[in-house]
Amino acid sequence: MNDFEYLAPRELDEAVALMTEHAGSAQLLAGGTDLLVFMRNGRKSPEFIIDAKKIPELNRLRLDAGQLTIGAAVSCRTIWENPEIAEKFPALIDSTALIGGIQIQGRATIGGNLCNAAPSADTVPAIIVYGAVAHIVSGKGQREVPVEEICTAPGRTSLADDEILVCLSIPMPPANSGAEFLRFIPRREMDIAVANSAAYVELDEAGETFKNARIAAGAVAPTPLFVEAAGAALKNKPVNDESIAAAAALARAAATPINDMRGTIEHRKQLVEVLTTRALRGAVTRAKREGRNNG
Amino acid sequence: MGNKSHITATINGEARDFLCEPRQSLLEVLRDVLYLTGTKEGCNDGNCGACSVIVDGVLLDACCMLAVETEGSSIETIEGLAKEGELHPLQSAFLEETGMQCGICTPGFLMSAKALLDKNPSPNEQQVRHWLAGNLCRCTGYDKLVRSVMKAADTLAEA
Repeated sequence: MNDFEYLAPRELDEAVALMTEHAGSAQLLAGGTDLLVFMRNGRKSPEFIIDAKKIPELNRLRLDAGQLTIGAAVSCRTIWENPEIAEKFPALIDSTALIGGIQIQGRATIGGNLCNAAPSADTVPAIIVYGAVAHIVSGKGQREVPVEEICTAPGRTSLADDEILVCLSIPMPPANSGAEFLRFIPRREMDIAVANSAAYVELDEAGETFKNARIAAGAVAPTPLFVEAAGAALKNKPVNDESIAAAAALARAAATPINDMRGTIEHRKQLVEVLTTRALRGAVTRAKREGRNNG
Repeated sequence: MGNKSHITATINGEARDFLCEPRQSLLEVLRDVLYLTGTKEGCNDGNCGACSVIVDGVLLDACCMLAVETEGSSIETIEGLAKEGELHPLQSAFLEETGMQCGICTPGFLMSAKALLDKNPSPNEQQVRHWLAGNLCRCTGYDKLVRSVMKAADTLAEA
């Protein structure tokens, strides 16, 4: 590993100043489960490592009436161990609890998963369907961006060199809503997705009609893919197999996967349709359960 | 650059300090600076779990953490498992159930299993298998490892 200087600011302002001063040669370190591996194999060689884990704003995990706030340096394990998050945001648990093994989950973060911008990132489809917003800060000011606009290509994001992802905010899901994330890999743990899919649905009170839906898929395009058309197609449609099949077919049509060691184009297109179908069914089941709890 | 940082941490209950370069992983420092060579290097990229240690109560791969990050933290390694010459019940169970063959993965499995039993003293088989998924063993086929952990949990419950 190349030499670098390690900086551990304890305040956000200090981190912003360091990122401004060293823009282009500094890298933020959250869990390090991707970054340290890339530095060891020479894919990245920053001159400055700025540790995100001592900055309060990046370590905040807060659930209040309106929204969930997840600091960019909060570990996956901290998220899936939180019973309130598990109750309100089950698809976040689906995804954070299957990244790597326990060792990786204790370090890896959703913020890092997003900024690493792998097409197969397992937490990203889940945060997309929940409508998460990324809060970004730099010396020039702050901005808020829907998370589906962060990844631009494999390993690339829309963040500038001097910008810091501070946290994600996710609106509290309404009554009669549910979401599920599913991944296909040859074994149950410790592998990278051949394909994955997340679905969020909001039903009417009777549980018979889709009011809203959002669908996203991974490892089937250069970036985690928000399939807006598939969710939109469900709006005002009856909750049945036919509606779900039509939406899943749109997800398949939107997928532009590649052939690689993990799967073929044809396999991945088939998988995204199957996973989307099952994730939608799972989301509907959870929405109905949620509705009953509220009633 | 290239300057060494002076780090103070608690290792297996003992206050320690050491010098390290920022680019050195916790795994490198444990083995090459502190000579705590029980923690093994397998893949060095977070896949095999051979370097599993517990930092501030969190199980992690020591290869995926910089040593400079551990300032002020409490680190548990395999060397802290046996107390005053007495094997930890997990270690005894691994011996009795032959939960090892070549031994390279064993310290990592023991630390993972300890982290599991610290959190959940009576796991079922599925929970043990799921928890140990981040540790690879190429010899045992895992069944003996799982039996060892279940046995240790029973022993600890009786104690």
